[in-house]
Amino acid sequence: MVTVLEMQEGKLGIISSINGGVGLQKKLENMGISKGAEIFKISRQWLKGPVIIRHGNTELAIGYNMAMKIMVDII
Amino acid sequence: MKILLIGNPNVGKSVVFNRLSGVDVISSNYAGTTVDVTRGYITINKFRHELIDVPGIYSTEPSCKAEEIAIDLISEGDVLINVVDATNLERSLNLTLQLIRYNKPIIIALNMIDEINHIGISINIDLLSKLLQVECIPVCAITGEGINHLVNKIPQSEPSNYAYTDKERWNEVGKILSQVQTVKYKHHSFAKTLRDASVKPITGIPFLVIVLMVMFLLIRVIGESLINYFFSPLFEKFWSPIMLYLSGLIQNNTFLHDLLIGKLSNGQIDYGDSFGLLTTGLYVPIGSVLPYVFAFYLVLSIMEDSGYLPRAAVMVDNIMHKMGLHGLAIIPMLLGLGCNVPGALSTRLLETRKEKFIASTLLSIAVPCMALQAMLFGMLGEYGIKGLGIVFVTLFLVWLIIGFLLRRIIKGTSPEIFLEIPPYRIPFFKGMFKKVFTRVRWFLKEAVPFVLLGVLIANLLYTSGILEIIARFTEPVFVYLLGLPKEASGALIMGFLRKDLAVGMLLPLSLSLRQLIVASVVLAMYFPCVATFSVLLKELGIKDMLKSTLVMLISTLIVGTVLNYILILLLN
Repeated sequence: MVTVLEMQEGKLGIISSINGGVGLQKKLENMGISKGAEIFKISRQWLKGPVIIRHGNTELAIGYNMAMKIMVDII
Repeated sequence: MKILLIGNPNVGKSVVFNRLSGVDVISSNYAGTTVDVTRGYITINKFRHELIDVPGIYSTEPSCKAEEIAIDLISEGDVLINVVDATNLERSLNLTLQLIRYNKPIIIALNMIDEINHIGISINIDLLSKLLQVECIPVCAITGEGINHLVNKIPQSEPSNYAYTDKERWNEVGKILSQVQTVKYKHHSFAKTLRDASVKPITGIPFLVIVLMVMFLLIRVIGESLINYFFSPLFEKFWSPIMLYLSGLIQNNTFLHDLLIGKLSNGQIDYGDSFGLLTTGLYVPIGSVLPYVFAFYLVLSIMEDSGYLPRAAVMVDNIMHKMGLHGLAIIPMLLGLGCNVPGALSTRLLETRKEKFIASTLLSIAVPCMALQAMLFGMLGEYGIKGLGIVFVTLFLVWLIIGFLLRRIIKGTSPEIFLEIPPYRIPFFKGMFKKVFTRVRWFLKEAVPFVLLGVLIANLLYTSGILEIIARFTEPVFVYLLGLPKEASGALIMGFLRKDLAVGMLLPLSLSLRQLIVASVVLAMYFPCVATFSVLLKELGIKDMLKSTLVMLISTLIVGTVLNYILILLLN
């Protein structure tokens, strides 16, 4: 189990937990991203920049600290 | 009857709205183009109904102020048209289920239906209608396909009896999806590789630099060509003879002559210097600024509609973060390069007071609008990099430094970026041109009256001698700190109204290169034009606007003075 931040680019993973507040969980849930969802990591920007993930047909940029709070199991 | 268009951000609500109502609203390929509620009318069976374009929401539980406003609107509606992105059914259905709870007549416009085959999705629309107990009409808003069918079905829409518990909502969405949608994702298509490459730092940063360079090159080439081959000949060949004829009718050197036509130079009309309402007053907004405004919005629209803008936002997010903003703040800045007014309006995209304050202040201080830039090109263009380069580099550094300082000084939070990145789309040219013309028309409506008013006031101030008094009063600041002649104060006063006009007033002063550079930077920084100021006042409130103005004035004095003394050392 790793955070989305540490997750390698180009890998798929299943979300095992989201350790952020209700706000973050809600925002992600609205995008269809919650526990058990499959996500693909596209890239991570330099200088503590955002992480870009894909879920289904949705691409999403999330902040550095958010990415630290999402745990995934790599598949 | 009130009909509401509701859906996730960037599903094409505004395009559907344009189709249904014939009122022009601006649409782009990124979430949050509509920050305001737009109202129009639609005629169904000879009855006129109000149609409301509600800003995009992901859920009926608000997570920010803008969403709250949108959600409050829902209870006002009599019929809901739920615009659904067929390529992103899962997320859309989550909102659909929540909308059903309102117990209002509802109908689904299944938009972007033309795209689903392309990406390997198929949807059983009949089954979807049956399961949800809501009529689903496939449409392609951009081409207009299915829109008539949608209109005809509006009167027959009914509330749905679909029942579920809130806890089970995502499960319900999953259940429906598994029945109606089959996905054969085409792995690693060329489009996907391109999409991914533009958000990876190694490939994305060079790409961003190239895009920005091409953008500005295009703006200059289009703007300059329009001036050289169309607007200049238009004024010189057609307008000048009319003005000279008029000049003969109302004798030279009378007050009316000065007001309407201004000073003639060697019996000819000099549009930059003459300062008459019908000469400079028309030439500045139409002859020298409009071509660049048009070019700017054309190029910006390509960037907006292709879907590159959110990617640019992601690429600059880390830098923006150091200034207490996030990547999305690139949108007010870019729009501001066209005209600060839409730039100021789009600060609503940002969530917190701190972000809005920083973005608005930076926009006013260091983002020169196209009107000002066009005039600066004209005034400093002959000096090349030495002139324009110093002005733009200075403004960019000021932008960075003030942002960096404000982040530390201003209290409050700056949330992290959380941004959906839309797929690339080929811009739909008809829609794009409509958008460009809507914006250009808007510019003309805003700019022309202000320029005319400015020319009028300039003439009055000049003839009444008030300008002379102000110049004497502000002399120490201008002469000793900024190294400008005291007459430059008149131009800066005019800058409150229109900055392009202010540049026009600097021209006859025959300034040196150093003075031109300092005057340009001071003019760009010290205050936004009146139109922008009034928008910001509304957006920020009096207290924050006063603080912001204070930041502008202090930083202008410091930067202007420092720049003046550096240039004395460098250029002499």
